[in-house]
Amino acid sequence: MRDYTLFIPEYWAAAAACLIIAIEIARPSLPRPTLAYLTAIAAVIYGGFSLFYIPNDPESFMGLIQVDDFTTFFRVLGAGTVAITAMLSATHMRHRASVLGEYYGLLLVALIGLTFMAAARELLTAYIALEILSFSFYILVGYARRDVFSAEASLKYILLGGFASAVLLYGVSLVYGVSGTTFYDGIAAGLADQGGDMDLAMIAGLMLIIAGVGFKVSAAPFHMWAPDAYQGAPLPITAFLSTASKAAGFALILRLFSASFVEEGESWRWAVAGVAVLTMIVGNLVAIQQTDLKRLVAYSSIGQVGYMLVVIAAIGYGGPEIGEQASSALLLHMVGYVISTLALFTALTAYYDRTGRDSSIRGIRGMAESQPYLALIVTASLFSFAGLPFFAGFATKLFMFQASAEPELLWVIGVAIVASFISLYYYLMVIREMYLFDPEGGLQRFRVQPIMWAMATLLFVGILFVGIYPGPVFELADAAVEPLFQVGADAGS
Amino acid sequence: MELSLVLFLPAAAGVVALLLPAAQEQLARWVALAGSGAAFVLSLVLFFRFDNAAEGYQFTERHTWVSVGDFNLQYYIGVDGLSMPLVLLTTFLTVASVLVSFNITMRPRLYFASLLVLATSVIGVFVALDFLLFFLMWELELFPMFLLIAIWGSGRKEYAATKFVLYTIFGSALMLVSILVLAFDQGTFDIELLTQAEFQDTIIPLNLVFLLLMAGFAIKLPVVPFHTWLPDAHTNAPTAVSVMLAGVLLKMGGYGMIRMGVGILPEQAANWDIWIAGLGAFSVLYGAFITLRQTDVKRLVAYSSVSHMGLVLLGVAALGDTGLTGATYQMVAHGLITGLLFVLIGLMYDRTHTREISQLGGLARQMPLLATGLVFAGFGSLGLPAMAGFIAEITVFIGAFERFEWLTLLAILGVVLSAGYVLWMLQRVVFGPVRHEWDELTDQRAWWEHTTVAALAAVIVLFGVFPSILMDMINPAMEAVAARVVL
Repeated sequence: MRDYTLFIPEYWAAAAACLIIAIEIARPSLPRPTLAYLTAIAAVIYGGFSLFYIPNDPESFMGLIQVDDFTTFFRVLGAGTVAITAMLSATHMRHRASVLGEYYGLLLVALIGLTFMAAARELLTAYIALEILSFSFYILVGYARRDVFSAEASLKYILLGGFASAVLLYGVSLVYGVSGTTFYDGIAAGLADQGGDMDLAMIAGLMLIIAGVGFKVSAAPFHMWAPDAYQGAPLPITAFLSTASKAAGFALILRLFSASFVEEGESWRWAVAGVAVLTMIVGNLVAIQQTDLKRLVAYSSIGQVGYMLVVIAAIGYGGPEIGEQASSALLLHMVGYVISTLALFTALTAYYDRTGRDSSIRGIRGMAESQPYLALIVTASLFSFAGLPFFAGFATKLFMFQASAEPELLWVIGVAIVASFISLYYYLMVIREMYLFDPEGGLQRFRVQPIMWAMATLLFVGILFVGIYPGPVFELADAAVEPLFQVGADAGS
Repeated sequence: MELSLVLFLPAAAGVVALLLPAAQEQLARWVALAGSGAAFVLSLVLFFRFDNAAEGYQFTERHTWVSVGDFNLQYYIGVDGLSMPLVLLTTFLTVASVLVSFNITMRPRLYFASLLVLATSVIGVFVALDFLLFFLMWELELFPMFLLIAIWGSGRKEYAATKFVLYTIFGSALMLVSILVLAFDQGTFDIELLTQAEFQDTIIPLNLVFLLLMAGFAIKLPVVPFHTWLPDAHTNAPTAVSVMLAGVLLKMGGYGMIRMGVGILPEQAANWDIWIAGLGAFSVLYGAFITLRQTDVKRLVAYSSVSHMGLVLLGVAALGDTGLTGATYQMVAHGLITGLLFVLIGLMYDRTHTREISQLGGLARQMPLLATGLVFAGFGSLGLPAMAGFIAEITVFIGAFERFEWLTLLAILGVVLSAGYVLWMLQRVVFGPVRHEWDELTDQRAWWEHTTVAALAAVIVLFGVFPSILMDMINPAMEAVAARVVL
């Protein structure tokens, strides 16, 4: 069965992307922020559309693609991220590149890639979706052409990203070679036939897939590209990179593991647990030494990926029984993380755009004096990352670790808690710069643009809402992961 | 409902103070006084309505807060004979702290807002009956405290603030681990249920859980060797924050030990009692010896707090109702007496701008009222009969002597030392030759100075002469805790 109406949101996004490029060509005199607003509106419409096309039918497109609550969850999350990224770019990108139509178009294209990563139920489809997202990012990271760092970041990202894609493809080919199919369900059925013994080539293929996807979500030891890309990319793209690429990566991982490998946990869970521990340690320890704020955020986001990988490892240990609750906790954490990151970058973009400072940590010195509200939002998002109570990070991490509390994994959770407390140290160093020192080069007071102010406030409220009353978001996440394990259970039985 | 009001009135007033327009920022202190005063009056009403004969918690309120999966987080608060006096102490000292901050002119809105949020978080720690709510309130205290020390402090204020935060966070990390272990075993965070629970096979051994929990509280109390944050924080904090810190924040540690440590894990407490008592006696002595050597008045009082908190630990370790009652009484008494000491030292520092003992002297001539107050509070600190501190110390000693004779005798030696450092300090600061550089300074003069000092002094005498007001409330609750301990 092929129900082409399922992709109306994607048709819309692709059309809007082309339209935005065309508009810039047709009306070069258009005020430059207009394109950003149009993109944001297009993304919001995309989110609205996606709420109406949720058939939850696993049979459509022969099981290549499934549009269900899970896909919708990531469609909406991605749409929100793109809308906010576009708004952030309005002033930030104005003088950094001469042509911006493609920039905004690519944001929407990346959104399509993200959706298909969440929707794919076949390895090659997932791979193509991942490449759509990656290619958009390669260009977006290097978009500030006058900036040497941006170009350097883009080049590094492309080279390493290409390598990771090759690794991923090799893994896919190995899995295909053993099981004779690239469909998630088919792989699960093949594994079930083997009676639990995993072929060595299958394990190797799985490991390569983990490495390839691990690169995309910047898990250690595949994280080397992240700090450079984050630092070189324009600020809004850094925000987009640290939210969208991770959300998409985990969507793919969840879909793949819940459908294919969940019953065979013992052959891969140790690897994921190891990667999770390494990622938490590397991310949080290296972050301490950073002097550049974007690099610090990069390493801190690596740490966050480590926490999320703990859940994947827990699914390996606990199987489908705990899978559902653990995955919904992971989605909840993802929402909290995305909101906090966007809040952080909204405040930083508003600040850097007007002060013209570079992104060193010293650049925000005395921010509490000149921009108390922005400083408050930066503080709130950093506290949320650190997992302090009343901010999103605490509640979401608590649920994640509670859901992952498998007996064999307790030491990993112990590492995660210790890592959280280490992270508080470097977040406090940033907060210290804002609150305890006088601004360098005199006090620069300015009015924040009303639209930035409104966005920052919205995200700030979001951080507090998820932190204090996570119930509703958790229920949404719970509904979103429901189809995942149903399919896995059907195929396994 | 009433208890929630007590809990949230200060924070609500803090938010109002923060939202005042810049032109009216001096109004912040009145808003703060109104909010903290209302909370105090309300908690006083609760104190008198408290039924000493009733078992269990009173004025309870329970709402489901977050319920996801098999995970239940409640907003569950209530007080018993242990927490009621501490809640009253907190609201009382909050009013005192607001009053002694009346001359703050630097960013008063943020200052009073932080102070009041701090008060709410401390009250929250005392009334929370859900372990996670307890932990949330425990953590909430960090940020206002950090700001208060780092912005309005003196000397190495940033260092002191960071050190305070890092120490506390380290303690809460240990605590969080044990909270989660206990809660996952029982499937609930309800302190009431956890207290009655029989733990089966927790993921890490219960003895270790107990030690982690106690370590978290010991950092807060503080117990030697986890005490080094305290002198730094005290010395560099503004007066009101020192009052809150010594008066109630340290008590969070003692409260946690009794409610969670002994209350939830009585068996493990019995396993480790001699070690705890030893650490307590050591803290008393070590603190007293270090105090003798201090040259900064504030640091001196800070170290004396370490010594006095050792007595709390000793009383807890006795694990009998007398010792526990004594420990609780000591917390209240120390809160009042040390609060008064810090108020007076703060007022003195406002005038002389030095805390070095060697630069002070003969102040009785220039500031007779302040000097009288300081002598009074000093006597309270060394445990003079007819003051609250005496009752507390004697109860702790009676309770502890039954079980640890030698350790108690050592601790009593610490009290002798306390007479030494207090009297020596008074002799050097208040008496001695008059220093003429202080001739121009005024004595205690403003109404808010008089009110604070007089109120604190009156309560210290009240609880010293009529201990039964508190004893009758604390003792039944402690009997219930002690009844679960099998020695």
